[in-house]
Amino acid sequence: MPKNAKLMQGNEACTMGAIAAGLQFFAGYPITPSTEIAEMCSEELPKFGGKFIQMEDEIGSIAACIGASLTGKKAMTATSGPGFSLMQESIGYASLCEIPVVIVNVQRMGPSTGMPTSPAQGDIMQARWGTHGDHQVIALAPGNVKECFELTFKAFVYAEAYRVPVIVLADEVISHMREKVVLPDPSSYKIPMRAMPTSPAGYKPYGADPDGGVPLMAPFGQGYRWHCTGLFHDESGAPSGKAAVADQLLHRLDRKIEKNVQALEDYYVESMDDCDVAVVSFGSSAMAALSAVRRARKGGLKAGMLRLKTIWPFPDQAIRRLCASAKKIIVPEMNLGQLVLEVERAIHGKAEVIKLGKVTGELFHPDEIYKALKEAF
Amino acid sequence: MAEFLDYFRKERLPHIWCPGCGHGTVTGALIRAIDKLGLDKNKIVMVSGIGCSSRAVGYLDFDTLHTTHGRAIAFATGVKHAKPSLKVIVMTGDGDCTAIGGNHFIHAARRNIDITTIIMNNSTYGMTSGQYSPTTPHGMLGTTAPYGNVEHEFDVCELAKASGASYVARATSFHVTLLTDLIEKALMNKGFSVVEALTQCPTYFGRKNKIGGPVELLNWIKDRTVNVKAAAALPPEKLAGKLLIGELYKAERPEYCATYAETTARVQRTYNDYKGGNRGCELNSD
Repeated sequence: MPKNAKLMQGNEACTMGAIAAGLQFFAGYPITPSTEIAEMCSEELPKFGGKFIQMEDEIGSIAACIGASLTGKKAMTATSGPGFSLMQESIGYASLCEIPVVIVNVQRMGPSTGMPTSPAQGDIMQARWGTHGDHQVIALAPGNVKECFELTFKAFVYAEAYRVPVIVLADEVISHMREKVVLPDPSSYKIPMRAMPTSPAGYKPYGADPDGGVPLMAPFGQGYRWHCTGLFHDESGAPSGKAAVADQLLHRLDRKIEKNVQALEDYYVESMDDCDVAVVSFGSSAMAALSAVRRARKGGLKAGMLRLKTIWPFPDQAIRRLCASAKKIIVPEMNLGQLVLEVERAIHGKAEVIKLGKVTGELFHPDEIYKALKEAF
Repeated sequence: MAEFLDYFRKERLPHIWCPGCGHGTVTGALIRAIDKLGLDKNKIVMVSGIGCSSRAVGYLDFDTLHTTHGRAIAFATGVKHAKPSLKVIVMTGDGDCTAIGGNHFIHAARRNIDITTIIMNNSTYGMTSGQYSPTTPHGMLGTTAPYGNVEHEFDVCELAKASGASYVARATSFHVTLLTDLIEKALMNKGFSVVEALTQCPTYFGRKNKIGGPVELLNWIKDRTVNVKAAAALPPEKLAGKLLIGELYKAERPEYCATYAETTARVQRTYNDYKGGNRGCELNSD
């Protein structure tokens, strides 16, 4: 067995991915099924001088993370549906103020308290549109324990590179499941580093190429003395009510992600090249889907599997390209139809898109997806 | 004193406050206290929430963080915990701090984290034009209390003290010298410090309650207060309905970041061969 192989829980892998990426600050509030991340951070971070704090609620948690990030530290919080809802206002703040922060949302059944210990995938749209106003987000959905490590690491890479809040959209099963994981050699990690200015002279905190440029971020306490505000602001950081300033700012923030959709896309494909029926899924639903697709292939049916790891920004072009041969596309997800809307939009009538929602709080059984495949052929 | 305006972003002036508003007076007191203590401008982070008072930080030449409504203290907690060497000051109002932000306020006090919180209490939501707040006296008028405030007000200083703040004081925009002096002491206290500054909002609170202009409102505030030293010699009937001003509470309590650092040191002695984490983090120094 390789030296770095370990039996590991999804939440544990997520924490280790964050630490590998240079996590220095964690603020959180207990909530099932994400709590193990907070517990592990409270234990691990002090060992290397990192900071943990259990805040009074999730609003405080995201706020503290943003504050910490402004001092130059890599910060993360972890939560589930109800807490994720509470964080939305400050996610918008981080988005507008361009403050890197990673938010792990281990999805559970909702709305409301719902079924706290049951898996769900109902936060697809909340992750995209939870905060008010036009904005872009990055959301990554791990499909197994190893990806909890990899995608949390990647979340920091994106957060630092694009100065955006990045959401790791896991679910109860992915995060509580244990699998053997072989972690990469730590010396191979390319630690994400924030682009910083070199001198306070002439520093413009929001000076960047209007076509999606990312401004350099000065850490607080280093003599830059800049103003960070959730009001629309000009390049100098000064609040502005001018139409042109608002227009330019929102367009730059939008382009920042929009022009990098292809760089951000990430997926797992199997047997898609010649498929007649494709299954597009993510997270724990995709585990059952993959099993069903393989069974269908064994039975001579041309089924294909596309599992999205990057959910937002939605990879329209990749979906169209990879599903080119498919006449039908089945979208299994543990909600009443959220991702399917995006697939439909991207496919734009080129194939029949079939919704396969499940809201029982139980995982898909491969038989259910296999049955849908059989019906589709 | 250095040139007063040296602490301001001159290009951001004039400010948005109404003529006769007390917030400028409180901001001035804070600047004078900072100047007197000779604090390093580059090591101060000013954090605020939403409201008239929270606009103060935008005019000041420090690292400044104008956050979401009610959350200033939570953001400040992140800044301070991440980098304890910074001097973290919160400028907030009665609505921002004690209504929507009440939970963060009491928990920061409980932790006794080294943050100085200046609460500009004008008993109203000025930015939204004069609704009643948690500090509007019972019976007084607001645009959402057209028949007189049904609710009873918080005593902000008692709340801070009961929650665990290690320095609690109150002054007003009338008692400017006292206010400056108390802010200076608050800045020196290592722990969660609260200075409540009663200020006037003539535009909404004063007008709605027919108290008069800024001067009448300042006098009204002054008449509601008694210095804590003078109060000791006064009979209870003279103190009825009065708010005490001066240094109200001071206690030696362990500070959050210091205790966290001690815990970290203990953990690191135990795990001194630890290989994880802390890679590529040149800013991880404190």
